Amino acid sequence: MRAMVQFLQLVVSGIAMGCVLGLIALGFTLIYKATETVNFAQGDLMMLGGFVALTAVALAGLPFWVGVVAAIAVMALFGAGLERLVLRPVLGQPAFAVVMVTIGVGFMMRGLASMVPGWGTETYTIRAPYSGEVLRLGGLALSAEQLAVILMTLVLCTALYLYFRFTRLGVAMQATSQNQLAAYYMGIPVARVNSLVWAISAGVAAFAGVLLAPITFVHVNMGLIGLKAFPAAVIGGFGSVPGAIAGGLVIGIVESLAGFYLPEGFKDVAAYVVVLLVLMVRPHGLFGGHSRKKV
Amino acid sequence: MRFVFKTSYDQDIRLLKHGGQTFWYGLLVVALVAAPAVVSEYYLSQLTFIAIYALIGVGLMLLTGYTGQVSLGHAAFLAVGAYTEAVLQAHGVPFGLSLAAAGLLAGLAGIVIGLPALRLSGIYLVIATMAFGFIVQEVLTRWESVTRGSLGITLRPISLAGVRLVEEWQLYYLALAVLTLVLLGVLNLLRAPTGRAFVAIRDSEISAQSMGIGLARYKTASFALSAAITGLAGALYAHKLQFISPEQFGIILSVELAMMIFIGGIGSLHGAVFGAIFLIALPQLVAVAKDYLPAAIGHQTGLEPTVFGLILVLVIVFEPQGLYGRWLKVRHYLQTFPLYKADMFRRQRTFMKSERAR
Repeated sequence: MRAMVQFLQLVVSGIAMGCVLGLIALGFTLIYKATETVNFAQGDLMMLGGFVALTAVALAGLPFWVGVVAAIAVMALFGAGLERLVLRPVLGQPAFAVVMVTIGVGFMMRGLASMVPGWGTETYTIRAPYSGEVLRLGGLALSAEQLAVILMTLVLCTALYLYFRFTRLGVAMQATSQNQLAAYYMGIPVARVNSLVWAISAGVAAFAGVLLAPITFVHVNMGLIGLKAFPAAVIGGFGSVPGAIAGGLVIGIVESLAGFYLPEGFKDVAAYVVVLLVLMVRPHGLFGGHSRKKV
Repeated sequence: MRFVFKTSYDQDIRLLKHGGQTFWYGLLVVALVAAPAVVSEYYLSQLTFIAIYALIGVGLMLLTGYTGQVSLGHAAFLAVGAYTEAVLQAHGVPFGLSLAAAGLLAGLAGIVIGLPALRLSGIYLVIATMAFGFIVQEVLTRWESVTRGSLGITLRPISLAGVRLVEEWQLYYLALAVLTLVLLGVLNLLRAPTGRAFVAIRDSEISAQSMGIGLARYKTASFALSAAITGLAGALYAHKLQFISPEQFGIILSVELAMMIFIGGIGSLHGAVFGAIFLIALPQLVAVAKDYLPAAIGHQTGLEPTVFGLILVLVIVFEPQGLYGRWLKVRHYLQTFPLYKADMFRRQRTFMKSERAR
């Protein structure tokens, strides 16, 4: 019985972590689907979102939820600006060159964030209104932070699903991601849609940062968690939105269990071992569509 | 303007195309050989670093620049080379043998990652190599009986044919010699059928396949060769640093190596060397610039990555051919002085190319 409770406890904390990873992976996926660019700066966008929320809540003294909205809004603007200023000029270059651009942007964001007065290289924590509370369910002890992460991920995913399924703009985005040229012929402003996709993706990243902040800390290198979201996105088959969340959950749970049941050291590489195994069996991820080669 | 009249077929594959090249490369060789007598110990040490990084650059360029296979895990091959050298030296294996073993083991590691990589392309390959890099780093940290974990290994100076290489200039000449040999080898490879096959795979896998090039064989060969060259560099790198530990071979190093060849100029061996010079010179330049900046900016640790990232972005946006491309343009401008046309180097963008439909 004890072992069972322990197991469930680990699974729940794995799911919470997996939700955050899934949200970052969702950001990758949205951008990849729309523009075929892999955004290595996604983790750093999350870091900036965390810092903006920190500035609003801890330094400016605004209420927590206002800080959350402010972080999402600021980062959405930032994402759209990034697309317009940096990514659009490199359209049409080889895919890996574009990846290198996002890596460079990530380096810059990390470097600049460490230079901003009041941010620096220290670690901070944001206290959410629900921080510190524990919910007891049978033998399980569920912390409110983890439950909040799971709950809000669910809400966000539902909202995104409804948006893509039922709004004009959402459908236009789907069309753009399927075939840019055809979408353009149908009168969809593809360039602006791409900017909007970057904005949404940066907003989702900021949301992930805010959710993560009460669990871990806000610091300049928190974006490196983005490197673990890559395996999540790949397992889900880059370009599948439900796949991204599923991949995040797989990575989160495997990591949580590996940290407890396997010898020390396995926790850090569990995500990468899983992704290598998945890629060996299915080169396009679990949910990835099969693509045929055309000449 | 120089016109080269071709009077024999050999001229097409000759490494030095004309007298001008013979002169300038000869001058470069003389300058590099004379360097220890001229420059100070510190700058000589930086030159050694450049030679070692250029060696890594050549390895990575062969894979990414010529075969079109992307790797964000090259620090792992460097680590395999470095650790092989360190462990073998501790067991008293002579340097010549341990250097060869470092290259060989890294090459084997290249085959290991190359085999699954055959089925992967694009972003999946990037992630797979990145995952490989993380796993190798973790193995090095945990396999304490051999690698001493995060304590690291301290290396003794190389002893080559009874001579102990303790002076800086000795290591410099060694690194230079290895770099020169590898460069000549790779140049030779690239004008041979194997090298041509690599380039064909980079340009279009399907047309390469249609021409009868076995993708599996050549991709694996490219991974193995690239890793082996990087492994050789790793052995020298270990001796240059004299101390190695797993943290040095992380994802950041892999990313920096990829940045190096992109800034240098993808798809040319000059680019690998230029990138290495850039990678070593940048921290020095930033250190110099710090004195002229206001203290609030100059004393920040984040300055270097910011500048690094900024330059990478600027290079890819404005000069996709890298430093080498810029050098070609400048040279061409001077050669054809009043007649330079900017459109000569204009590249056609391929907007319709899509990974999904490929």
